[in-house]
Amino acid sequence: MKTTDTSKMTFAQVESQRGLESALKMQPDEVRRTIADSGLKGRGGAGFPTSTKWNFAAETVGDLKYVVCNADEGEPGTFKDRVILTDFSDLVFEGMTIGGHAIGASKGIVYLRGEYTYLRQLLEGKLEERRRTGLLGKNVLGTSGFDFDIEIRMGAGAYVCGEETALIESLEGQRGEPRNRPPFPVNTGFMGRPTIVNNVETFAWVTCILVKGSKWFEKIGTETSHGLKLFSVSGDCRASGVFEFPLGITIKELLKKVGGENAKAVQVGGAAGHCVPASEFGRAIAFEDLSTGGSIIVFGPGRDMLHVAQNFMEFFKDESCGQCTPCREGNARLLEGIEMLEQGNCSMKYLRDLCRLGETMQLASKCGLGQSSPNAFLSIVEHFKDEIMGRIPAAC
Amino acid sequence: MSHSFKQDCSRAPTSLRVQKINSPTLQVAVTVHIDDREIEVPVGTTILEAARQVGIHIPTLCFHEDLCVAGVCRICVVEVEGHRNLEAACAYPITAPITVRTHTRKVRMARRHILDLMLSEHYGECYACFRNNNCELQALAQEYGVDFFRFGHPEKPRYEIDRSSHSVIRDMDKCILCRRCVRTCIDLQEVGVLEVDKRSNQSKIITFGDKPLGDVICINCGQCINRCPTGALRANDPTDEVWAAIDDPSKHVVIQTAPSPRAGIGECFGLEPGVPLTFEMNTALKECGFDKVFDTNFAADLTIIEEGTELLLRLHKALVEQDAAPALPQFTSCSPGWVKYLEHFYPEYIPNLSSAKSPQQMFGSVIKTYYAQLNDIDPQDIVTVALMPCSAKKFECNRPEMCDSGFKDIDYGLTTRELAQMISEAGIDLPAMPKSDFDDPFGTATGSGVIFGATGGVMEAALRSVIELVCGIKVEDLFEHADIIPVRGFEGIRFMELPIKKTGPVPELLAGLVDDWTWLEGATLKVAVAHGTANAKKVMDDIKAGGRCSECHFIEFMACPGGCLGGGGQPIPTSPAIREARAKAIYAEDAAYEIRKSHENPAITKIYGEFLTDGPGGLLSHKLLHTQYTPRGKYIV
Ligand SMILES: Cc1cc2nc3c(=O)[nH]c(=O)nc-3n(C[C@H](O)[C@H](O)[C@H](O)COP(=O)(O)O)c2cc1C
Ligand code: SF4
Ligand code: SF4
Ligand code: SF4
Ligand code: SF4
Ligand code: FES
Repeated sequence: MKTTDTSKMTFAQVESQRGLESALKMQPDEVRRTIADSGLKGRGGAGFPTSTKWNFAAETVGDLKYVVCNADEGEPGTFKDRVILTDFSDLVFEGMTIGGHAIGASKGIVYLRGEYTYLRQLLEGKLEERRRTGLLGKNVLGTSGFDFDIEIRMGAGAYVCGEETALIESLEGQRGEPRNRPPFPVNTGFMGRPTIVNNVETFAWVTCILVKGSKWFEKIGTETSHGLKLFSVSGDCRASGVFEFPLGITIKELLKKVGGENAKAVQVGGAAGHCVPASEFGRAIAFEDLSTGGSIIVFGPGRDMLHVAQNFMEFFKDESCGQCTPCREGNARLLEGIEMLEQGNCSMKYLRDLCRLGETMQLASKCGLGQSSPNAFLSIVEHFKDEIMGRIPAAC
Repeated sequence: MSHSFKQDCSRAPTSLRVQKINSPTLQVAVTVHIDDREIEVPVGTTILEAARQVGIHIPTLCFHEDLCVAGVCRICVVEVEGHRNLEAACAYPITAPITVRTHTRKVRMARRHILDLMLSEHYGECYACFRNNNCELQALAQEYGVDFFRFGHPEKPRYEIDRSSHSVIRDMDKCILCRRCVRTCIDLQEVGVLEVDKRSNQSKIITFGDKPLGDVICINCGQCINRCPTGALRANDPTDEVWAAIDDPSKHVVIQTAPSPRAGIGECFGLEPGVPLTFEMNTALKECGFDKVFDTNFAADLTIIEEGTELLLRLHKALVEQDAAPALPQFTSCSPGWVKYLEHFYPEYIPNLSSAKSPQQMFGSVIKTYYAQLNDIDPQDIVTVALMPCSAKKFECNRPEMCDSGFKDIDYGLTTRELAQMISEAGIDLPAMPKSDFDDPFGTATGSGVIFGATGGVMEAALRSVIELVCGIKVEDLFEHADIIPVRGFEGIRFMELPIKKTGPVPELLAGLVDDWTWLEGATLKVAVAHGTANAKKVMDDIKAGGRCSECHFIEFMACPGGCLGGGGQPIPTSPAIREARAKAIYAEDAAYEIRKSHENPAITKIYGEFLTDGPGGLLSHKLLHTQYTPRGKYIV
């Protein structure tokens, strides 16, 4: 049962244009302070404080700066950006425009996932309308000296292009491969210029914060994880779809709302996230505990956890960009390990070796993909060892 | 010393670089603690650079001094206090005070795993590999005590070895995807033959469209071989054929040796770079069984005379006959990598290339004609081997037009590395060999021939002769010790201007060419030197744009960084310091020669006197010593 009902979301209650109006009444640093006061952290997964990122970009000297909206949404089990772009694209474009004002950029780029090409026409139409009504273009809303326009660029289907530096490489026409850091995009980004890359949802919340005030946002959630968040819920539950919950919600509470109470595990944060067993359902979904870009996958009692792990590892083995050794070869070795477990011929010693390899991948990979790809494997081995060990090879 | 390679990288994607940091507000110097040693470094210095400055060893693999920093192999990871992840020392520019630990548990575990992972995809047996004992992967495996294959090891090859090229053989089963070759080809050489295909562990280094290397725009420079840490890339090795010729009593096997291999071959025998073994090598070659050992420098002198004559004739046509046809600037043609580069990328400039063959090829046709006649040997029984620092020479000697003697002018091109292998196979300890001279009739050579090995050398040799033959003065009158310093060095592109104030009589060698030189009086000869095809590209683009280079009369181009001494057949490894040491050896050898100018070489006078009797640029020399080129373009069928 798909139960996404966007009409009840906060986004549906926020009138676009009002956010931009109030932002343009402020100095750029005031806008950034407002975002800082709200406690907004990136909604793309890493949870980096948005205002800090914007401050870095604002402080870096540069003749040109860029605002990039990461709409690559490639994390398995994530589809909330698609919903936002379909129903609330104005909030996103507005958030980008506010970002342009806040850091001194005049150009925005939406990097749209290749599979979302069908949305392009709709989005281009919205952009055209915004240009017509003076919300984009020269002297936005009559503010002299503030020009801002937004361009849509298409991704080509690589998960790694959601990683911000690979995304920028891809924008520059190169193979989508992550860059060496530091320097970060806020310093040296698109075309070597200071660039902020933010998630679709992050920009939408920026607009809401400017409309409803930072206090409103800051009061929701926990001590370090403020505000609301959209979750893409899928798997073995009665109500799958996109939901809005405050950060800090426990898995148990969430499962109750989506009808997944009898789950044996929940994957929080997509393939790159953690697999949480039922015994830990009391944990909170928040940056300080279980961080997620929004993907929640529910595994019912009938699921074979080894197959779950296999599924994730197959994904990473295909999606590693192949640049760095730990991720390129490591994911392949972990997947082979799973196949050995399946066959019942993976020794405890070798499994331990693979877990240590996972640790190396987390520590030594060049980008977030390799650093997080062993998470699912490691957490499934940790929590479901009995289930995955000691298999008897299937009869031919 | 300036090596304008790394800073100039322009085409490799940013993901394969350490980026410049954008900020005027950063402090100028930061203090770094590395394993309890303290050092102050300028902002932007990498951890690896800082560690090296305090003498701390951090292993590297994808890092190469000549190349932009990719940060992909991750073997150089270190722990930085306060960082959750390890950082790649080669790719981490320091921007704030940090504390680094280079061999903690995590670091050791990660490095060992990275090696285990590389080996899990590396198909190859060290004892059946030409890089045995000179392989960075093998050395690291030893350094980290790898004594078993933790994550397995391929038991069968997965790729076919690409033997299509005359110059470079690719065995992707030994490739560890460090991408040094990719960066070499695109950045250092601006050719861009190699790229990564596919993702994940399906990645593979391919040529455009995965075509055989012999069919693509590879210029055969072999720079990728010299920078490959493993045995994945190697030169096309003809030693078996050379041995077979030596073993065949009906064959008269002669070898010519170029200047650069002498300056490098010691490195293959454990000597420091820059110890020349010219005369020891002569003895060793005889012991190996070569019938004659000739000095390519003789042919280099011949090249100077032919190429110089061609230049003077072009200038005469342009200045006196007011003929627009002669293409200027004239380009040197002795670097076959450069020649093929031009044929691919700037075919419309083929008329600018000197029609003079390279010394190797001139020598080939002279041996199979003049030398054969002199000694009454059937040229069919002569096998000509060329010892070169170069992999492109292998392609060059196989060009179909290189048969002017009526036979294949040069049968085999042998690299420095391959000869070292033959010498060691013969059980010879090269550095301990007694010295012996080159064989006649080409025994005398000059310092001008020797410096062909270094970038700027051809130009210096040409200038030495032009000054004396045209101006009628001594080079020493203008340059101390006849060392023309402005064209020396490692700057990517160098310029020099030589005002011709007065001229002398036309010397006998060039009699009949022109009546006098007075038309050159008051002119300023403008020359330039470029090494590495990335710099060649800059020069060519500047010529196209009508810039300073377009005003030059003569430009020396060498495909390889540093010139031939940095050639693709030279000992591995290579680095700016190694190339500098080899250059020193070459210039020292030049200084030690009694005769240092090509036109003073008695063997040259002799060959024009008794064989090439219609003189430089004459009919016979045009038949034997000159060639034509093929416009290839960038498009591959
Ligand atoms: C492999 C990988 C894939 C990613 N994919 C996405 C994505 O699809 N969408 C996204 O917003 N962020 C993605 N990210 C995170 C981005 O790198 C970046 O942190 C984010 O866009 C920053 O925006 P935020 O601060 O607003 O969250 C990905 C990161 C990694 C390592
Ligand atoms: S971690 Fe994986 S995706 Fe990231 S750079 Fe390395 S190989 Fe590419
Ligand atoms: S490339 Fe190196 S490690 Fe591989 S077989 Fe050759 S010597 Fe051994
Ligand atoms: S030989 Fe030269 S041109 Fe050919 S692939 Fe290697 S670096 Fe590129
Ligand atoms: S061929 Fe050699 S240089 Fe190129 S990526 Fe492979 S190992 Fe590295
Ligand atoms: S040497 Fe630093 S990552 Fe390869």
